[in-house]
This record gives sequence, structure tokens and C-alpha cells, in this order.
Amino acid sequence: MSATTETPHADAALIDAALIDPNVGEEMPPEPTRPVILFLQRLLADRIGLVGVLLVGVLVLAAVFAPLLGWQNPYDLSQLDFLDGRLPPGSHSSTGMTFLLGSDDQGRDLFSAILFGLRTSLLVGVVSAVIALVIGAAAGLVSAYAGGRIDTLIMRIVDIQLSFPAILIALILLAILGQGVDKIILALVVTQWAYYARTIRASALVERRRAYVDAARCLALPPRKIVFSHILPNCLPPLIVVVTMRIAYAISLEATLSFLGIGLPVTQPSLGLLIANGFKYLMSGDYWISLFPGLALLLLIVGINLIGDTLRDLLNPRMHR
Amino acid sequence: MTPAANAEKMLVVSGLETRFNTSRGPVAAVRDVNIEVGRGEIVGLVGESGSGKSVTGLSLMGLIDAPGEITGGRILLNGEDLRSVGGKRLRQLRGDRIAMIFQDPMMTLNPVLRIDTQMIEAIRAHDRKISREAARQRCRDALGLVGIPSPDERLLAYPHEFSGGMRQRVAIAIAMLNNPDIIIADEPTTALDVTIQAQILAEMQKLCRQRGTALIWVTHDLTVVAGLADRVYVMYAGSVVEQGPVDALLDRPIHPYTDGLIRSIPSHNEPGRPLHQIPGMTPALDRMPQGCRFHPRCARRTEGCLSEIPLMDFGGGRRARCIHPLVEG
Amino acid sequence: MTAYLLRRLGQTVVTLFVMSLLVFIGLYMIGNPVDVLISSSATPQERQAVIAAMGLDQPLWFQYWTFLSHALTGDLGKSFVYNQPALRLILSRMPATLELAFSALVLALVFGIPLGLLAGLKPKALVSRVIMVSSILGFSLPTFWIGLMMIMLFSVKLGWLPASGRGDTVNVLGVPISILTLDGLRHIALPALNLALFKISLVIRLTRAGVIECMQMEYVRFARAKGVSEARIVTVHVLKNTLIPLITVIGLEFGSVIAFAVVTETIFAWPGMGKLIIDAISVLDRPVILAYLLMTVVLFTLINLVVDIFYSVADPRVRLGEAAE
Repeated sequence: MSATTETPHADAALIDAALIDPNVGEEMPPEPTRPVILFLQRLLADRIGLVGVLLVGVLVLAAVFAPLLGWQNPYDLSQLDFLDGRLPPGSHSSTGMTFLLGSDDQGRDLFSAILFGLRTSLLVGVVSAVIALVIGAAAGLVSAYAGGRIDTLIMRIVDIQLSFPAILIALILLAILGQGVDKIILALVVTQWAYYARTIRASALVERRRAYVDAARCLALPPRKIVFSHILPNCLPPLIVVVTMRIAYAISLEATLSFLGIGLPVTQPSLGLLIANGFKYLMSGDYWISLFPGLALLLLIVGINLIGDTLRDLLNPRMHR
Repeated sequence: MTPAANAEKMLVVSGLETRFNTSRGPVAAVRDVNIEVGRGEIVGLVGESGSGKSVTGLSLMGLIDAPGEITGGRILLNGEDLRSVGGKRLRQLRGDRIAMIFQDPMMTLNPVLRIDTQMIEAIRAHDRKISREAARQRCRDALGLVGIPSPDERLLAYPHEFSGGMRQRVAIAIAMLNNPDIIIADEPTTALDVTIQAQILAEMQKLCRQRGTALIWVTHDLTVVAGLADRVYVMYAGSVVEQGPVDALLDRPIHPYTDGLIRSIPSHNEPGRPLHQIPGMTPALDRMPQGCRFHPRCARRTEGCLSEIPLMDFGGGRRARCIHPLVEG
Repeated sequence: MTAYLLRRLGQTVVTLFVMSLLVFIGLYMIGNPVDVLISSSATPQERQAVIAAMGLDQPLWFQYWTFLSHALTGDLGKSFVYNQPALRLILSRMPATLELAFSALVLALVFGIPLGLLAGLKPKALVSRVIMVSSILGFSLPTFWIGLMMIMLFSVKLGWLPASGRGDTVNVLGVPISILTLDGLRHIALPALNLALFKISLVIRLTRAGVIECMQMEYVRFARAKGVSEARIVTVHVLKNTLIPLITVIGLEFGSVIAFAVVTETIFAWPGMGKLIIDAISVLDRPVILAYLLMTVVLFTLINLVVDIFYSVADPRVRLGEAAE
């Protein structure tokens, strides 16, 4: 299919349109403002992007200030009272406090537990993405810049790994490693790095052929400098999109694995565990234990994906009309 | 000298305007274009890329896609105004009375459909009652007509099994299938080798003459037009700047732009002498110069060129938009 | 063709070997199934007897060698828990998983293609924007949570559909199938939809992107110039060009659907191999984990092979072997 899509004279109207508007089908014109700022402006100008930014912003703040927002530390067993178990939203605890979103079977305030769970989700998602990004970027850049056998070897590993679904790899790894925050981060890093490596390599290969890299080479700049100050910055746009989408996926995957009982141990705050906990009581109609943590998770993931989707459109020069 | 020049005017385009809605507001890619084509006449439509010649061709077919739009003028085909007949009738006419061939033969045929599918659908779109076998027979004949050997086998092939020249022949065969009154050919030989280009030109000319099919040949290449067309329209920056019988226009151009185009043809120059070139560049459509659009690049310009110049008659079927013509009327 | 198949077979064998070695070492280095299997009150003698019976007292390389030589004869060991051959266990559960995964893919295509087509043909229309934003939602919904919500709504509150099990099955060639009975269909409806949601979004996006790309192609314009109706342009010219790569991608997604069935099967108590592997992981039932993994590799290879062959048949420009590169 791709072979038929790249003929430059495909569309007479487009050619004429290109004369009207020099941006059509071309690269973006040089921007007067700093790209990052302009970029943020565009992101916020887009209604969907704005919704995403707001959602994520509110949830991140709530997670950061979790201990201040809830009246209970839900993971301090001494603060829990079994008599408060499975109370519906709006009920009062034995100490007279309100369970805004109800309580779970151990008398845990769901609102507070969700905020603490969000902390774990964000921590696991961001930390695993950053580590995977560093590894993936290194592998991708080395692959693109070295070429030859090293490239073949790295890309073969990437291909094999990507032919297996992330959840399967995480499942096997956790089966071997056992539960824990560090272990789930490790599993998520292993499932993610290959995506970054492939993305970076693809754009680095394109950038490498550009004239400015030849120019930098002619100036006898060391390869390290060419890679980091010339190639890498130009690979960022597609990478940003992949990173956003992957963070969302990683957060979802952590919750899924914890739900399955092979992610985080039950003593850790996790949205997946809260939801799993509520599963037992779903049939008896105690919907809130599973519903609200899931909603929080959903809002977080939707928010990140909305940002990612908007970024993708903004960064795609073909979308500018 | 032109056998069909005085025949009935089968296609009459008047005051055609096509605009594109861009982020900076609508701009006219084609403005005040008037074209007349007689039955069986071969007409060249010449211009550089961006002159609006392709947009004109597509406008005649009603194939301008958003964000483009025809905003003015009339397109009379056998007396019917294509702009007002409505989508259904337009579809009936397209491919039946007025057909089109495009520039790149690699792109015009659908890569995943067999040739017979793509040919038969062109027949059945206009004649639902025709039997499969009769339709197939017509496809065979059409392929034979454009010089494709063993048409029976080739009907079962996919486009990628053909060379570029052969694909363009298939496209021509498809355009000819329903024996249309007029074919609009949008640079159909530009993407081909020179030898194949010459073959296809000659065959196309022969076929149109034999069948009395009119032809509008859109091209940037005046030499192609020289041997092919009866009359020529020269477009610059969205409008026709000069029109007339091909020999007179090439021998004694009226408009300085036409003159510049002719003198830019390499073979026109003495060997070893530097090639002529027109100074400056084609203007962007949203930054059109006032008045004569060619005046910033023209050696003969005066104050008077800043006002709108109408198409003026120079006799002998010749017209031009110039107040400083190279030939007096 | 033969060379192509041989090369694919070779690749599969190498992958199987590497995967089994890695996972074998991983599983045997960490964790001790004996702790899970024997009650803490067992005497050291009893403990020792069990370890010896399971061959766990042998050196690692020897254990792997034993595993490998048995594996070549089709024996992947006995489940510690069920005391049955692990391979037979997996195979007996596989049809349920395949049925579920297949139903989910069909649902993904049935819902995804028309919606994607609509969004691609009128990209600026309100409907299309709604479809696209919904597809982001579909991407974002955690499968396990939406599964619970579906149970809560359709099973608990409305009582329309059952929440667990396969329901009545019909044996076809000795394999039980749910979708052939009304009760079975009612049982598979929720899990299949649950598993399909993510893929529906994927199909919508792929279809839309493909349609938008195709509609700008010169052959579409040429078809219009021939006078071909818009309906035929969409259903023949555009759809065929869009569907060939789409089906290929979705075919490759079949593997990920099978993997994600682990989640859905857990929630809906669907007796497939996904449920089996989760249980096996929690008790460190090594032979079952290994057998599951190896069978999945084989399954994925088969799927890739079928997709390659489909692609080479459907797209006249592609020949087998080139598609594999």
C-alpha cells in the first residue's frame, strides 16, 4: 500500500493548493516563538487537548496532596475499623466522618484510598516510562547511528519482543519475579523499551540523512555531540506522542496486573487491587467499591490519551490545512 | 487549416472561476476562463505548474474536491450546463460524454482490482442492462484499439503487471470505452519515457480524429502541443492570457508570456547559446499582482498594465490579454 | 513457498528454544513450588520425598535437559497441581479461549469497520468527531474494570445476561463450542464484547485512517471520472484497499486478544487457558506456565503464517516470502 502513496504529483489540486499555501504538504515553517511555548499554546487552544490537560492536572494534584485531601490514611491499619466496612457513599463512620465514596470491606475510606492509588499509578507509569525511555532511546540511537550488524541485532530483539503482547511478557516476568512495586516497574520497563527504541530509530534514520547532520559531520563534531544535540532533539515530536500513549497503557497494565493478583501486594495502595476487592461484593450490589476506583483510573487514562491524541494531530504536518 | 475549427461548439466554458478555501481565506486558482471546443477538435491547454490548467481540467469534470469549489461561470456540454444539472446527471455524463485521463498512470488504476473489473464498471456505470459478455467484448476491443496485445489475458491482470506506458494505454482505453464527445487529458504523457510519450501522442491523435472525439490536452510542454493540437490556450496565474490556432500562436505570439515560453524551449535556441528564461517566479495565488498578472516579470510593462486587462480580439481566431502585444491586431 | 515455510519453521523452533530456556531458568532460579505445594507442617523427610519425586533435586542444566528431551516427544511435564500432563491441560482449555478471542475479533470488525468508514468518509462531521472521541474512550477503558461494570449492569441490575461460565455447548469434532447454542451465545456475549472493546477502537482508527488516505488517491478520482457511483467507489475501490492492510493488522492482533483473554476469563470465569495460567502463576505450577508459554508461541507463529498467506492472496502486489521480510 505504501508504495502507491508517495508520488509527488498525485493530486493536481494539492499542487495548486501548495502554491496558495506554502505549508501544505511541506514541513512546518520556521516558528518565531519558541517551539515549546507555541506547542503548549496550541495544545491548550484545542478543546479536547484542554480537557485532557485539565483532567490529568486535577488528578495529579489530587494524588500529590492525597494525605491532605482525605481524612484517613487508608493504608494505616490502625486507622481502619471493620465495623465501617462496605458502607455506601455518603455514610458516616463510627467516628462521625463521611465516606464520600463509600468504604471497602475493611472500613477504608474509598475517596482517600483512590487518591493513594492514583499516586501508585502515576509513580509506576511515569517511572517505568522514564527508565524505558532512556533504555529505548539509547538502543534506538545506537541502532540508527551504528547501522550494520548492531542495528540488525537490536532491531531483531525489538521485533521479537514486539511480536508478543505486553501483557503476556509482564505476566511471565511477574510469574518469575513475584509481586512488588519495583518488580512491576521492571516488568513495565521491559514491555515498553522496544516501542521507544523503534520510534527513535525510525526518526533518527530520517534525521540522519538530512543535510544538517552531514554539515555537522563535516565540522568534525564528535558522534556523541551530533546524536545528542542534533539528532535527538529532532526525534522528539513523534516520541512525545508515543510516550504519552505508553504511559497511559502502562498505568492500565499495572492496574490490570494488580487486579489479577500478580502485580502489587495487597498491602500497597493500588486502584487495581481496590477494584479486585470490590469484585467479591459486586453480586450483592455493593457497586461502589469497584466503580469509583475504576472511574478514577479511567479519567486518568482518558486524560492522558486525549493529550496524546491532540499532540499527534498537532505534530503531524499533514494535518495542517 | 483546422478541419473542425468552425464546427459546432460542443463544449463552451465561460467565466469559469474555481476557488480554494485556505487558512488565509478563499483564493481563486482559476479566474475568468473561457474555452470553446468544437466537435472533434483537439485543443491544447498550456501553462506552468500552478497556472491553474489542471484545476481547469478538473473543474470541467466537476471533480474539484474540498477545500476547492467552482464559484462562477458556466460549463456547457452539448448545451447542458454541467454546473446546474445536479450530481446524478453529472455522474451520468462523466465517463460517458466527457472523460478524463490523468497524469500518473501508476496512480490512476486501483492496485487491488483487476483490469476487467475497472473497465467493466466504467461501462456498467452508464448501461446497467448490458450483459457481462457484451461488456467484456467492448473492453477487449478498447484494449486492442490502444495497442495492447492479447487483450483477453491482459483483462485478467492487475495494474502492477503493466508498465507505465501500458497502464496509460489502459487508462486511455477506459476513457474511450463509451465513445465520449470529449476527453480531457491532464498531462498523461509527462510521467512516461520520451519514446513512449511520442507513440501515445500519435495514437491518441489518430484515435480522436478517427472517432471524432474532441480532446483537451493539458500540458506544460509547448512542443507537445505543436504537433498535436488545432488550437491552443495559454494559461498564466489562473487565467487564459492567449489563445489561437496553434501555428499562428507559435510563430507569432502576441502575449510576452507566450513569447517567453516559446523562447524557453531548448531546441529553439542555437546550440551553445544560453537558454532564455523568464525572470522572476509565478506568483502565489493569494499574492496576485494587480492588473495584468504577468506585469512584474514583463519587459514591456507600463503604468497601464496595473489596471485589469480584458481578453482582446486580434483577428484570425486569436485573442490575448495584453495592451503591449508583440503582434498588432 | 517451501523455502518460505521452512524458514518460518526454523524461526519458530529457535524462538521456542530461546523462550523455553529463558523462562525455565527464570522460573527455576526464583521461587520454590514446594513451599506452595506442601503444607508447612510437613516433615523434612516428606518434603525431601516430594522434591525428589518432582526431580527438583537435580542440577538446573539436567532439569532443563530432561525437560527438553521430554518436550521433543510432546511431553511438557505434569502439572504439580492437577497431576495431569500440562500439554493436555492447555489443549483441553484452548478451544474455549480461541472461541472467545475469535468472537471478540469478529465483534471488533463488525462494529469497527462501519464506524471507521463513517468517520473516514465525513471526517469533519459531528458524528465522526463523536466516534473518534469515543474511540479514545474505548482505548482508555481498562478491560478488567469495564468487564466488572458490564457484569454489574447487565447481570446484576438488569439480569439480561449471565456473568460466568460457558453455558451449553455443542461438540463439533469432539471440541465443545458455545456459540452454536442460544444459552452458549448468551454466556459468550459479555466476555466477547469485553474483550472486543479495545480492538473496536483500534479497528475504527485504522479504518478511518485508511479510508481518508484512499479517498485522496488518484484512482478514486479516476473512478469518479468514469462515472462510477459514489456507493461503488466506497464499497469496492476504497473498502478493498482499506481492508487488506486492516485485516492483516487485526490478524496479528489475534495474539494480543488471546493474551488479554487472561483478564476477561478471570472476570467471567470463562474456562479457557487464560484462567488456567493465572491460577498456575499463583501456585508456581511450572510445567503449566511453560506449556502455556510454548503453546502461545506456536499459536502466534501459526497466526502470523495465516496472516502472511492471507496478505499475499488478497493483495495482488505482494508475493509470499516478501511479506515475511
